[in-house]
Amino acid sequence: MNLNAFWEYANPKKFIQTTDRLLPWFAGLAAVTLVGGLIWGFFFTPEDYRQGSTVKIIYLHVPSALMAINAWLMMLVTSLIWIVRRHHVSALAARAAAPVGMVMTVIALVTGAIWGQPMWGTWWAWDPRLTSFLILFLFYLGYIALWEAIENDDTAADLTSILCLVGSVFALLSRYAVNFWNQGLHQGASLSLDKEENVADVFWYPLLVCMAGFVFLFIALVLMRTRTEIRARRMRALLARERMGA
Amino acid sequence: MLEVSDLTIARGGIAVLEGVSFTLAPGQVLVVRGPNGIGKTTLLRTVAGLQPPVSGRIAVPPESLVYAGHSDGIKATLTVTENLKFWAEVFGHKDYLTAIEAFNLGPLATRPAGALSAGQKRRLGLARLLVTGRAIWVLDEPTVSLDTEAVAMFVRAVRGHLAAGGMALMATHIDLGLGEAQVLDVAGYRAKPLADHDFDGAFL
Amino acid sequence: MIALLLRDIRLAMRAGGGFGLGLSFFLIVVVLVPFGVGPQSALLTVIAPGILWLGALLACLLSLDRILALDWEDGSLDLLATSPLPMEGIVSVKALAHWLTTGLPLVAAAPVLGLLLNLSEAGYKWLIISLFLGTPALSVIGTFGAALTVGLKRGGLLLSLLVLPLYVPTLIFGAEVARRGAEGFDVTTPLLMLAGITCGTIALLPFASAAVLRVNLR
Repeated sequence: MNLNAFWEYANPKKFIQTTDRLLPWFAGLAAVTLVGGLIWGFFFTPEDYRQGSTVKIIYLHVPSALMAINAWLMMLVTSLIWIVRRHHVSALAARAAAPVGMVMTVIALVTGAIWGQPMWGTWWAWDPRLTSFLILFLFYLGYIALWEAIENDDTAADLTSILCLVGSVFALLSRYAVNFWNQGLHQGASLSLDKEENVADVFWYPLLVCMAGFVFLFIALVLMRTRTEIRARRMRALLARERMGA
Repeated sequence: MLEVSDLTIARGGIAVLEGVSFTLAPGQVLVVRGPNGIGKTTLLRTVAGLQPPVSGRIAVPPESLVYAGHSDGIKATLTVTENLKFWAEVFGHKDYLTAIEAFNLGPLATRPAGALSAGQKRRLGLARLLVTGRAIWVLDEPTVSLDTEAVAMFVRAVRGHLAAGGMALMATHIDLGLGEAQVLDVAGYRAKPLADHDFDGAFL
Repeated sequence: MIALLLRDIRLAMRAGGGFGLGLSFFLIVVVLVPFGVGPQSALLTVIAPGILWLGALLACLLSLDRILALDWEDGSLDLLATSPLPMEGIVSVKALAHWLTTGLPLVAAAPVLGLLLNLSEAGYKWLIISLFLGTPALSVIGTFGAALTVGLKRGGLLLSLLVLPLYVPTLIFGAEVARRGAEGFDVTTPLLMLAGITCGTIALLPFASAAVLRVNLR
């Protein structure tokens, strides 16, 4: 696909038309993989010999944590596209993704606390990874608040994009700072797409399905919210035009 | 020399004026007129480089323009002299006494600017133009709250500036008695409601 | 540039300029802490470096909205933007003026307040060094936040919300230097990180602040 054809989707009208067709597929895929993955994970995996049934919260905790970070990365990319190419859909997609990312962060934090209680004997510990997610949550909060506070759409898009850029650098710095500040309780190896040794196959495959489910869910939600933002923006444009004509 | 050609400007993402063109040569003054809300301030801010135009061209020599808006940028706790001296230094000049004289600020020189009346503040704000040494003055409603005597001072300052090869672009409602001024009535350039210039065009 | 710096410092010193406001706030926070946690001097010794850093950070935060909001209200910012000064220079000078009138006095006051909190003897040196190295970053980051919120009517609260997460790395490394110093450990790593953050923010963040300010002025 050549690049120019790709940028066509940055036209709001084209975006709505395309997503009209895509959205049901993503929503369907999200439903199937999530329901399938969670049922598989919750009912058809053995209990861990050390952690018992508590380990099963991993099917919510890990995918939501993954998406919490990826949502921010997506916002970073779309913010950059807005700054460089000034495609409105890109800025609106960043705006649409922020609340989804924030909810993912909250899910990761809450499931982490529920898992941590039996495992570490405490709901909350200032473990570096938990702390990083708490800081990430604060970044989401500030980003969303800035969008809400500014009336002019383009000004808001410009300011939040730069905030997202600067925030990303500081979020990364905070991650290292927090690591340095407290060495932590978390399992040493994190989960990444190459299989880790500390997760057995029986847990790993349903987890992969759940992660895919969260990815599809995220895409479906962001597409839906972007469409809403585009329509809201369109409505404001129409109202402004009407006022001017009057 | 200030050249503006086929300029379209927007306020809050909506085009307000389109197709504005004019030129200003040394020694000339152009008065922008038009009803409230038509976009005079937006036009002046765009020419001053504070906001980007939607389309069109503004050709202006670098570092030659000074802008004076609705507020004068006066610090209440600094004295009149300190205020003027600061702006003179920002623009790289030393002489601020001529400006004090031109607007008869001598008796007020050591007073904190916060203790000035609205008209006196405006005089201070206009005196700032003289210390900048810039050739093109872009003035938004320069005579607000000035009495007739102060308006005369202002007109004298503008004439002096023009005589020295300066230029002035100003939006004003009152007749200043500047007979030589050209007039640009922007009411005729109102952007058509269905024009496709505005940023939101893609959403319609 | 120097004219702008001198003007800002002069404005801060004049009546109503807010000079000393941050300092008083710092004092009050530090005085209130023992009321909250109890007067045991052993406990205070342990928490002193952290409290002093946190107090300095909050005192700094308190005065951030004055950096640009006053110049915005009276139109100076428009006039400065059309002056020969580059926007990056304006925000850098503003941050420097803020540091000189807020950060530096906090650094000077910290040892006195350290006495109140029973700071260990070894801690004074590192407390001063860490604050001296860290507070410039607080001013520069704060200027970025002030530039983001300059046109907003209820910007003050939003400013804190935006700036506090950005302060996290500076606070962590700064307080770490002070804490390790007070306990007699090696401070090299956090000290270098703190210096790195300060240098990095001073070098790069003014560009972001200037870009944001230009957007807000249009």
